[in-house]
Amino acid sequence: MSLKIPHHDINLEPFMSRPPDFNLKFARIQTERSLKSQVIAAIRLTDLEKLFHIRINDPLEREIFTFLPGQFVMLELPGCGEVAISISGSSSNKEFLELCVRKVGKVTGMLHRLEAGATVGIRGPFGTHFPMQEMVGFNVLLIAGGLGIVPLRSTIYWANEHRTDYKNITIFYGARDPGQILFDYQFEEWRKIYDLKMLTIVEHPDESWQEHVGMITDLFEEVPIDPDNTFAVVCGPPVMFKFVCTHLSELGLPRQRMFVSLERRMHCGMGKCCRCNVGSTFTCLDGPVFDYWTVMNLKEAI
Amino acid sequence: MLYKTITKDNFKMMVEDLMENNEVIGPKWRERDTEGNKIYRFLKLNNFEELQMDYTRSYSSPKNYFLPFKEDIATYDLKDSDWDQQIQYTIHPRVIVGMRACDINALRKLDEVMVKSIYPNPYYFARRRNTIIIGLDHEPLEDCFCRSMNADVAFHGFDLFLTDIGEKYFVAINSDTGYMMTKRFGGQEVTEDDQLQYKQVKKEIESKFKTQVDVSIVPELMDLEFESEVWKKWGDKCLSCGSCAMVCPTCYCYGIEEQVDLTFTHATKRRVLYSCNLLDFAAVAGGHNFRPEPHIRLKYRYYHQFRGFVEAFNQSLCVGCNRCGVACLAGINPKAVIDDLIQAEKL
Repeated sequence: MSLKIPHHDINLEPFMSRPPDFNLKFARIQTERSLKSQVIAAIRLTDLEKLFHIRINDPLEREIFTFLPGQFVMLELPGCGEVAISISGSSSNKEFLELCVRKVGKVTGMLHRLEAGATVGIRGPFGTHFPMQEMVGFNVLLIAGGLGIVPLRSTIYWANEHRTDYKNITIFYGARDPGQILFDYQFEEWRKIYDLKMLTIVEHPDESWQEHVGMITDLFEEVPIDPDNTFAVVCGPPVMFKFVCTHLSELGLPRQRMFVSLERRMHCGMGKCCRCNVGSTFTCLDGPVFDYWTVMNLKEAI
Repeated sequence: MLYKTITKDNFKMMVEDLMENNEVIGPKWRERDTEGNKIYRFLKLNNFEELQMDYTRSYSSPKNYFLPFKEDIATYDLKDSDWDQQIQYTIHPRVIVGMRACDINALRKLDEVMVKSIYPNPYYFARRRNTIIIGLDHEPLEDCFCRSMNADVAFHGFDLFLTDIGEKYFVAINSDTGYMMTKRFGGQEVTEDDQLQYKQVKKEIESKFKTQVDVSIVPELMDLEFESEVWKKWGDKCLSCGSCAMVCPTCYCYGIEEQVDLTFTHATKRRVLYSCNLLDFAAVAGGHNFRPEPHIRLKYRYYHQFRGFVEAFNQSLCVGCNRCGVACLAGINPKAVIDDLIQAEKL
C-alpha cells in the first residue's frame, strides 16, 4: 500500500469565516489581570474530586472568553495561590465554565472548601487544543485513564454537538476502582442520544460492577480500530500514554493522529515562568495538547 | 547608527546632570573578596566618583533592574467573600551607566521573551521603556567567552555605547534621547583620527579573548549526549543552590507566591525569581517531582540555554559572561561542561 500524505486544508480553519482584523497583532495585555468570577455551584463527585461551575462576572469579559477543548485556565484564589486546571465543560456554554478539581495540594485543598457564591479569579484560556477541525470525517477514539476524563469531557461535548462531523466515536474509560469513575451520570445520555460507543474498565471491581475488568489496553480487543480513518485522543497518567500509544502505533495509527495532554507544574500559563519546561519547549505554549510524534521528540515528556 | 565623540569631562557633566533628576545606577564597589579584588555591583550612584568606569565584572548582572528578585505583581483588597485586584505598572525613569555589551545583548534576548512573544510582560516592558542605557566597552577578562556566544558587540538595545579612546569616548548613539544628551554635553563629530583610534581599540579588545567555547554543534550535542555521563559528573557536584540563575543576565524563570496579611484584609501576589536547579522546581502537588535529581536539573538548565532557546529564537540564551561559573560554589562552569560534552562526543 502506498503512503498517503495527509492534507491539512487551511481553508477549513475558523479564521476563514471571520473578517480580517489587522489590529490584532501582538496585543499588549494585562497578563496578570484575573477575570473576577463567581462559583455558582460546587458539586461533590467523589471524596477527592469536585466539579465547579464558575461564571465570569463581567458580561463583556464573559463574552470575550472562548476556548476550545483541551485548553486550560489558571484558577486563582487571591491570597492563597493559582493553579492550572483544564476546562471540562462544553465550549458552547457561554454562561459558565466547568472545572473539575482534585484535592491534592494547598490551593486545591482550599478550593474544595469553597461554596456557591465565592469569588475566584480566572486567567486564560491558555495552551493548545485538540484538533477538532482536522478530525472531521474521521472516526474518533477517546481514551481516558482516571482523571484524564476531565479534559476529555469537553472533547466529548464538542463531538456530541457536532455529531454529524464525525463517524464512529468510541470512548475507552479506565479507572482503578468503580468509586473513581467520574461523570457516570452522563454515560447513558452519551450512549443513547449521541450514539457514542462507550466502554469502561476498572482494575479492582466491587460486587456491583457490571462492566469490563482489567487494564485499559484490554479494551482494544473489544472494538476493532480502523487505523486509516481514525484520530485518537489519549488523556491520563503518563504510564498510560506509553502503553496505549505504543499499542495504537502497532495497529498502524500514524503518530500525528494521536494526541495526548501533558501535565506539569505551572505558575504563569504564558511561557514566562519556565516551570512547565518539557524537552525544548513549554507545556503551556506548545501544549498541553501534543501529537504523539512531538511527544516522542521532547526529552522526558512521558 | 550615529557616532560622535565626547570628552571625559563632558561625560562626567552628563552623568552628574542625569543624577540631579533621575535615579542613576552604575557599577560600584563596596567590598573586596578574599584575594583583595574589588567586588562590583550595579547600585544607585550618589555622585560621579562612585561610578567605576574601569570595573572588571559586576558579581550579579543588572538584569534585576528589569526583572527584580521580588516584585508584587498584584495586590488585593479582601472583604467577606469578595475581593478587588489592583495592578500597577508604574516605573520611574532610570539610567543605567556602564553596562557591558554582553549584558545589553542579554536584555535583547529577554526582549524576545518578555516583549516580542505572544504574551508580553507589561512589568518588564514598563522598565525597559523607562530605562536609559549607557553601555561601555571593556577588555575581556580571562574567562569571558562572550565572543564565542556572539554577544561581545552590542548593535541595539541601548541609548549610548561608549568606547574609551584615550582622552575621549567614542559614542555610538541609538536613540533620540541619547542623541539629545550627547548634543547637550558637547558631542563632537568623529574625526578620521578618532575613527582610526576606535578601530585600534576594537582590534585590541578582539585580540584579548582567551577563553573560547565551540558552541556551533552544542544544540545537536544536547540531544546526542542527553544520556551522557558528563551530566552525572557535573550534576553530582551541584548543590542545587540556584546561585547561577541569580547572577545570570538572562535567566528569567520565576515562582508565584501569594500572601495574606495578618488582618485578612489585604493580599499580595508576588513574583519571585527562581532557579531550575532548586529541588522543587518541577515538583507537583501530590508529591511527584519531574526532575528529582541535581544532575537532571543541571542538564535542563543547559538544555534550555543551548537547545530550547535556540529552537524558539534561533540564538542561545547564554551570553558568555561566566558569572555563573564565578558564583558556583561547586566549581561548575559552562566552558568546562561544554568542553566535556564535546569530548564525550568525540570518544
